[in-house]
Amino acid sequence: MKNKEFVHPYLPNSVPEIKKEMLDTVGVGSIEEIYKSIIPDDLLFKGRLDLPEPIVNEYELKKHVMGILDKDITTEEYTSFLGAGCYKHQVPAICDELNMRGEFLTAYCGDTYSDHGKMQAFFEYASMMAELLDMDVVSYTTYDVTQSVISSFRMAKRYWKAAGKDTDTVLIPETMCKEVLSAAESYCRGQLKLVSVKAGADGCMDLEDLKAKLSSNKTAAVFYENPSYLGFFEKNAEKIAELAHKAGALVIAQPEVASLGIVESPANLGADLVVGDIQPLGMHIQFGGGQAGFIACQQDLALLKQFPTYMYGICRTKEEGKFGWGRAMNYRSSHGSRENANEYFGTETGLWGITAGIYLASMGPQGMYELGESILQKTAYAIEELSKIKGLKVNLFGGCNFQEFVVNFDGCGKTAGEVNKALLEKKIFGGKDLSREFPQYGQSSLYCISELTTEEDIAALKAALEEIVGGCK
Amino acid sequence: MANINRPRDFHEARWDEPIIMEMGEKGKRGVLIPQASDKIKKTVGSAEGLIPAGMVRKKAPALPEMSQMEVLRHYMRLSQETIGTDINIDIGLGTCTMKYSPKINEQFVRSEKLQEVHPLQDESTIQGILEIMYKDEQYLKAISGMDRVGLQAGGGSQAIFQNVSIIRAYFESKGLADVKNEIITTILSHPANPGAAATLGYKVITLYPGEDGLPDLEALKAAVNEHTAALMITNPEDTGIYNDKIRQFVDLVHSVGGLCVYDQANLNGVFGITRARDAGFDMCHYNLHKSFSSPHGCQGPAAGASCVSAELAGFLASPTVEFDGEKYYLRYDNPESIGKVRKFYGVPAVLLRTYAYIRSMGPDGMKAVGELSILNNNYMLKKMSDIPGLSMPMAEGKFRMEQARMSWEQLTKDTGVTTDDIARRVVDYGFQDYFASHHPRLIPEPFTPEPVESYSKDDIDEYVEAIRSIAKEAYEDPDVVKTAPHKAALATQIDESYLTEWEKFATTWRGYKKYLCKDK
Repeated sequence: MKNKEFVHPYLPNSVPEIKKEMLDTVGVGSIEEIYKSIIPDDLLFKGRLDLPEPIVNEYELKKHVMGILDKDITTEEYTSFLGAGCYKHQVPAICDELNMRGEFLTAYCGDTYSDHGKMQAFFEYASMMAELLDMDVVSYTTYDVTQSVISSFRMAKRYWKAAGKDTDTVLIPETMCKEVLSAAESYCRGQLKLVSVKAGADGCMDLEDLKAKLSSNKTAAVFYENPSYLGFFEKNAEKIAELAHKAGALVIAQPEVASLGIVESPANLGADLVVGDIQPLGMHIQFGGGQAGFIACQQDLALLKQFPTYMYGICRTKEEGKFGWGRAMNYRSSHGSRENANEYFGTETGLWGITAGIYLASMGPQGMYELGESILQKTAYAIEELSKIKGLKVNLFGGCNFQEFVVNFDGCGKTAGEVNKALLEKKIFGGKDLSREFPQYGQSSLYCISELTTEEDIAALKAALEEIVGGCK
Repeated sequence: MANINRPRDFHEARWDEPIIMEMGEKGKRGVLIPQASDKIKKTVGSAEGLIPAGMVRKKAPALPEMSQMEVLRHYMRLSQETIGTDINIDIGLGTCTMKYSPKINEQFVRSEKLQEVHPLQDESTIQGILEIMYKDEQYLKAISGMDRVGLQAGGGSQAIFQNVSIIRAYFESKGLADVKNEIITTILSHPANPGAAATLGYKVITLYPGEDGLPDLEALKAAVNEHTAALMITNPEDTGIYNDKIRQFVDLVHSVGGLCVYDQANLNGVFGITRARDAGFDMCHYNLHKSFSSPHGCQGPAAGASCVSAELAGFLASPTVEFDGEKYYLRYDNPESIGKVRKFYGVPAVLLRTYAYIRSMGPDGMKAVGELSILNNNYMLKKMSDIPGLSMPMAEGKFRMEQARMSWEQLTKDTGVTTDDIARRVVDYGFQDYFASHHPRLIPEPFTPEPVESYSKDDIDEYVEAIRSIAKEAYEDPDVVKTAPHKAALATQIDESYLTEWEKFATTWRGYKKYLCKDK
């Protein structure tokens, strides 16, 4: 049986007989007749879209698409020491299994009644994050850490405004992630100045400089990352909070979630808002697509009112003992009050929130402890081993690190880029080249270690660097 | 022939799962991770000794302790209490374009060749994904008629935000930032338009529709002046009514030096039929998880494409993906760029699905998507036209594009049953609860169906008959609708005061126990 008209598997009503029946019901002879009756002729696109001809069967489509993707080399094929905001960790198989479930994967904004399970999963995600962070309130997932950080700056401004105080500054560390800083400058322009506090020789915030910059009394918040973007612990976290609070500023801290089984939450070091990214909790690195942000605080009404995102609230129901969930205080978000909202808001990263919940439930307290432990030990070991290479300055800031550390190549006369090219030939992705974003640290790279890094990986990196650096002496 | 010629005997799974925080037992493990070797441990000593003083965690996080199977089973059950597009005829979520997300594309996304690639790898090792992103841009240029497309936004609203950032950067570059401080939008355009404009400090002016359902051109004439930075408008709006005066809107805004931005979050009805640039727009945006078939993932991860004219191309978020004839590369040297919008380069999984979707449809397939979504909608509306109590206000007698905003006003007057009651009741028929309207509800008791091209005539018939059946129930046995749902996972109604009173607000289990159970 030959079908003259092509019927696409995704287009059921392209079957000519069905289409005809539908047109008859509508009372028109063609679909064109419908839209030509409502769209002016001069707005109609008369050409044929300049797109390639279709690949209509799955086998050939797969050949074609995978043919392109196969040009990529993965971190499974090469050994990677890249991090800088995107972290390769073990992804439990059940995270992949469950976030592939069609019910979760293809649900959207059905809420309380059709998607009870999804709502419970969101609430459980927030509840487990709350335990990890030791805070009572956790937002719905944001686009990524960038959005969480920049929204938290604006939240601080609104918080003080509501309290009758005009603020104009957020103090940030000199070593802050430049990507987030770029977005923050754009997001806060006209509202807040971002003023960087000098880094001391150990990388940490210079407390004297912080004190001086807090003296204006117009600081909305002091922000720090812990560990910092460059891997070292901000060991003065409590002191920063003390100074900030004394000067009437909020403290916003960005911890690394993978560390929190063993490292203290910023909540217990004086932070008022805790922000960050959940990508390490069950999301593959996927070329940077696994990011999702969170914003957390204690149950402080004045802060709660400033959240721009959805908040899924737990509700009692007409049936004793049963809970349901819904979007709480929606007027805060642009879906609830358009231009009068705290900030704009949209579809962000729900599936990653559910996945992070599955991850945390699988890991439990002991798993999270061991994750942090493994990373801390392997990082320290890598620093120790690489420090044996002459000509390199390993762990530039000298102190304790979580998962990342800076290696400086100035002493060997090679650029960070050249070292990375040479490593690539040995099937190693070297650390992120910092020379463009942090010229003050010379030719340096940011190396990342995870629980997946082995003793052998570190030995291979050491041997490769020895050869590369040795060759230029 | 309908799918099923009697009411479907549906019942959602109801597992009555406890909150996970109450599950598990001390000592159970769900997953183990690679630990440091003995040699490493011996060399560096205890991990706690590697943490600065005072920063070792004092109290372990109170996470559940569960076996792997227990975790799996809990979440499998929660998934069964969720109605995704894969298992329902998802016509009710209008404006959301709940089309089929092809499973073959999931295989691409799940490949290690995407999942295990780091964004900061050497460019020579990411030529595949860069090629996909570059070609996506070329295809979206063809579809929009624009000159460049930025793919960094992590969702439609973030693409709108990127567009507002570009408006600001454009006028700053002309030294007009202080003058150009107003943005005009319409009440039936997505709330992220006024939301993003206000986020960057613009005064927002909102146009309302007249009897023809179109934003009032006279009101626009009154609103435009030397302060007008831009018009941000959707066409068709949520009503599905095509704005045939759109070129006059664009010309008017251009006449005062403003930019025109087309919200095409939902592009579905105009694929290959009209293009933003051809109507004179300077910018538009697409929600790639909607019209380009990525699964919506319980609200993301998503992606938004910002399509811009040549004049605005330099302002797009950095880096841009370029091709020099031999290799693909990321360009960071974009001095006029608004900077970063999202980490790295956006959401590549969605960009990969977009590529595969366009390649599987081709130019005629894409146009067929537009045409069939228009046919499906007008067929559905015809079938619904005799449902008692349901009407389609504004622009009477005019065809709609790919969706429509309907009203249960009459039914509510007659029976007391509201659109919110019906939204709950549709779940008992095996559908996701439906989308009434964005805020505010300009049309009383609204309901916004969108039968995208994925749904067969039989699917549409089943949906229409379900809506008809509920309307009949409203007239004959209103309580069954008012007390719905009955067959959902949650077969009771929540106390809404927990969502509207701060004293009853808790987003976490510990918050609930601390602050809402004081009485217990």
